[in-house]
Amino acid sequence: MQTLRIVWTIFAKDMRVEWRHRETLASMCVFSLLVVFLFNFAFEPTGEESLRLLPGLLWIAFAFSGVLGFNRSFAAERENACLEAMAISPVDPGAIYLGKMLANLVFLAITEAFVIFTASVWYNFSFLPSLGRFGLITFLGTLGYATVGTIFGAVSANTRMREVMLPVLQFPVAVPVFIGAIEATTGALRGEPFSTYASWVNLLAGFSIVFLVLSYLLFEYVLEE
Amino acid sequence: MTNRISTTAHGILTLTWILVALYMIFLYAPQEATMGEVQRIFYIHVPSAWPAFLAYFIVFLGSVRYLWRRSQPADDLAHAAGEVGFVFCTCVLVTGPLWAKPVWGIWWTWDARLTSTFVLWLLFIAYLMLRSYVFNPGRAAVLGAVVGILGFVDVPIVYMSIRWWRTQHPQPVIAGGEGSGIDPQMKLALLVSWGAYLCLFSYLVRLRLGLANARRELTMLRREFAPRLAKE
Repeated sequence: MQTLRIVWTIFAKDMRVEWRHRETLASMCVFSLLVVFLFNFAFEPTGEESLRLLPGLLWIAFAFSGVLGFNRSFAAERENACLEAMAISPVDPGAIYLGKMLANLVFLAITEAFVIFTASVWYNFSFLPSLGRFGLITFLGTLGYATVGTIFGAVSANTRMREVMLPVLQFPVAVPVFIGAIEATTGALRGEPFSTYASWVNLLAGFSIVFLVLSYLLFEYVLEE
Repeated sequence: MTNRISTTAHGILTLTWILVALYMIFLYAPQEATMGEVQRIFYIHVPSAWPAFLAYFIVFLGSVRYLWRRSQPADDLAHAAGEVGFVFCTCVLVTGPLWAKPVWGIWWTWDARLTSTFVLWLLFIAYLMLRSYVFNPGRAAVLGAVVGILGFVDVPIVYMSIRWWRTQHPQPVIAGGEGSGIDPQMKLALLVSWGAYLCLFSYLVRLRLGLANARRELTMLRREFAPRLAKE
C-alpha cells in the first residue's frame, strides 16, 4: 500500500538522520535524567514513599523530554524547506503524520527505558515483577502522548514562539494521558489486580485511537501552505 | 454585516437585562441562611460558566466550518467566541475563589469541576496564543481551526478522566452543593442573571465580529491606496 510505504519511508528517514548524530536522543535522555535528579531534592522519597511518588515522577520526566523530542521533530524539517517539500509532494499527508508519530514514539520509548532503568537504581525499586503490565501502560501512554505531541509539534513549528508554544498547546490536551498513565502505573507497580486499574488502561487506549484518527485527518491542514 | 441599528438595540437590551439582573441579585433575592450576603456572588459565578462552555463549542463549530468551506465569517466567529469565552472563563475562575474563601475558608481545591474548568481555561489560552503567534493570518486561521477541533474533542475526555481521578481519590465533601433545594426567588434571580450573561456574551461577540470586519476593511483600503499614498 502506498500509504504504508510512505509511513515507513518517513519513519526510516527520521531514524537514519537521528542515528547519525544522536543529538535528540542524547538531549532527551540527559534532560529526563536531570528531572529525576532534581526531584530528589524536592521530595527525597524513601522506601514506601518512593512507590507513591515514582509513577508521577516518571511521567513528568517523560512529559518534559517529550517536549524536546516533538519540537525537534518538525524544527529540523524547517531547514532546507523540507516542510514545503512534504506539503507539495503527492502523498497522503496523514501518512507523513504517522511516520513522524512513530519516529517520535520510538525516541520517547528509548528515553523512557533509560529513565526507568536509572530510577530503579536510584530509588532501589525493581520494575521486573510488574514489567509486562507496566510496559503495556507505558506504551499506551506514550502512544497517546505522541499522537498529540506530533501534530502540535507541527503546528507550533509554524509560529513565532516555536519551542514555547508546544507545551502550552499539548499539556492541557494531554491531561487525560497523564492522569491515566500515572493512575494505572501506580496500580501496576503496587501489584494490584488488573481490574482495579483496567478503566485507566482503556482510557489510554481510547485517547490514543481518538487522537490518532483525528490527527491523521487534520494533518493535511497543518502541512498546507 | 453588522447592522448599526440592530447592534445598538442589542446593546440596549443587554444593558437593560443586566440592570434588571443586578436588581434581582441584590434587592430581590433573599439573603442566604448560612452564607450571608457573600452568597450573592453565586448569581455571577454560575451564569458566567455557561457562556464559557458555549464559547468553546462555537470555536469548534466555526473551526469545522472554516476547514470544510473556508468560510471567513465562520473563522471570525470562532476567533471572537474564543476571545470572549476566555474572558468569561476567567470570570468563573476569579469569582469562584472570591466566594469560596469567606464561605469555606479555602481559595481553591482540585476537585473535578474546578480542575476541568481550569483545563478549559488553558485550552482557551492555547487557542488564542496560537492565533496570535502564527506568521501569516491565513495560516493562523487554519492552524487555529485545527487546534480548536482537537481541543474541543478533548474536553469531554478531560472532564471524564478528571472525574474518575477524583472518585479514585475523594476529597472531603465541602458543604452541600448549591443545587440542594433552591429557593424559588433565588432560582428566578439566577435565571434572569443567566439570561443577562448570555445576552452580554452574544453582544460582545457581535462587537468583536464588527472589529474583525473593520480591521479587514482597513487592511484592504491601505492596500488599495498604498500606491497613491506612496506617490505623494
